[in-house]
Amino acid sequence: MLEARGLTRRFGALAANEDVTLTLAAGECHAVIGPNGAGKSTLVAMLAGEQRPDGGSVMLAGEDITSLGPAARARRGIARSFQITQLCRDLTVRENVMLAVQAASGWHWGFLRAARNDRGLTVDADASLAAAGLASRAHIPAGLLSHGEQRQLELAIALSQAPRVLLLDEPAAGLGAAETPALAARLAALKGRIAMLLVEHDMDTVFALADRITVLAGGRVIASGAPAEIRANRAVREAYLGDVVDA
Amino acid sequence: MRERAAVAVGLALLVAAPFVLEAMDEAFLLSVLTRMLAYALAAAALDLVLGYGGMVSFGHGAFLGTGAYVAGVLLHHRADGTAVIDWPVRIGGTAEALVAWPAAALVSGLLAAAIGAISLRTRAVHFIMITLAFAQMVFFLVLALPQYGGTDGLMVPGRNVLVGASLAGDAPLYWAALALLVAFLAFARSAMAARFGLALKGARMNERRALALGVPVYRIRLAAFTLSGAVAGLAGAVLANQSSFVSPDLLSWQRSGELMVMVILGGQGTLFGPVLGAIALLAAEEELAALTEHWMLILGPALLVVVLFFRGGLWRVVAGKGGHA
Repeated sequence: MLEARGLTRRFGALAANEDVTLTLAAGECHAVIGPNGAGKSTLVAMLAGEQRPDGGSVMLAGEDITSLGPAARARRGIARSFQITQLCRDLTVRENVMLAVQAASGWHWGFLRAARNDRGLTVDADASLAAAGLASRAHIPAGLLSHGEQRQLELAIALSQAPRVLLLDEPAAGLGAAETPALAARLAALKGRIAMLLVEHDMDTVFALADRITVLAGGRVIASGAPAEIRANRAVREAYLGDVVDA
Repeated sequence: MRERAAVAVGLALLVAAPFVLEAMDEAFLLSVLTRMLAYALAAAALDLVLGYGGMVSFGHGAFLGTGAYVAGVLLHHRADGTAVIDWPVRIGGTAEALVAWPAAALVSGLLAAAIGAISLRTRAVHFIMITLAFAQMVFFLVLALPQYGGTDGLMVPGRNVLVGASLAGDAPLYWAALALLVAFLAFARSAMAARFGLALKGARMNERRALALGVPVYRIRLAAFTLSGAVAGLAGAVLANQSSFVSPDLLSWQRSGELMVMVILGGQGTLFGPVLGAIALLAAEEELAALTEHWMLILGPALLVVVLFFRGGLWRVVAGKGGHA
């Protein structure tokens, strides 16, 4: 579905990503792990189109999308959540989701009918809010939600885009001990329908969800395989995983 | 609720004004009010870009002035019986408002589309400076047109006619200006509550998110900028009629700045606020100028006070509800 081929991204002398290749098959959950500074967020930014690679290419369902910006990629079915929540804070919770539904519909040129009465937006948006457990918060500004709720909204927005590919940049960041398993359950329900690239530090979540794991260190892929292989991989344990698993 | 009441009262006052002024034997003031309405229209148009879109355009004087020149030049050629251009098609002058005013909006809109298409590739301070630079180019271009008076400006002979009925006299032009303002406010309010407004506001609040959703941010902004420029041109056409004179001063950066002050003073992102801001600023200028020639010394600090202590502008004070600070 989504493929990174030899992606390289340099900031001055520092190579944030060096020849990163990975494949995201339809419906699978592919986790990318690695220590801080390994280049995970840079990789997501290149896949989403926010950053242009210095080398390599990005393919979506066989089409080279390397030169496309984020909006064009989103219209081709790539949705994402951000490590730091990105919401329209002064729009209501419902409007945030409506905008996502509107973007997925591709039609922004309505001037006369109020968006809140536009059933093409409200039906899907309300369903999405109900699924995220945010229906009771629909009419308050998104900026007033608690952190956990904002993370929920962030995911609801991405899902409202009806994506083929979902890029999740640390979706569990800042969530409480009770919220993280709930999030993992929501994501698990999406497996098989949406291809997910999951960047995550929480190893319980990663090993619960991932069909495949790629390990980045220093901007390079040091291992890639099934969760059991990664767990057993000596280089990975030394570079990163060991201290987490042993802890 | 309070906002609705404020709008109703404001509209009632504007509708009553011609009758009240006539009864008070002060009918000449109607021309002053017409000028205020024209600026209010331009300021409300700028609010689409500045308030809702978050694009700080320092070049809207160029669209206002261009619209004024289009209406003025068409009247000028009609009086002369000459053509505006002879080739490739002959375009003669006209007094018909149904032709001249849409023409003013069209030319200003095309100019805004061209300037916007380039300027919107930049952000923040760069955007402010590039819109200013383009407006200055238009300003000097008009200065270099001796056939239309150059620096001296152009006397506009007579006024437009609306479907044969002359807009001469203060009342007809006032009603035309008020109708345009009300129509634009109604349209813009609905557009900002509709899909277009949702996309425009979303892109202002979080461009990164809007792009990640697939919102065509550039095209949405360009559409808003073009519409805004076109309506500012329409306001210019009204001004040309009101003052029977067009000059490069209308295209100057001071005019652009004044429009920005009207929007911010009234309250950006409210549409009605900039209308109030335009009326308040022009009224303050008139009153203070009559008081002292150093009126800027009073107006400047007064504006500072409003901006610093009344976040959300005058409209928030009146209506209890603002757009965004």
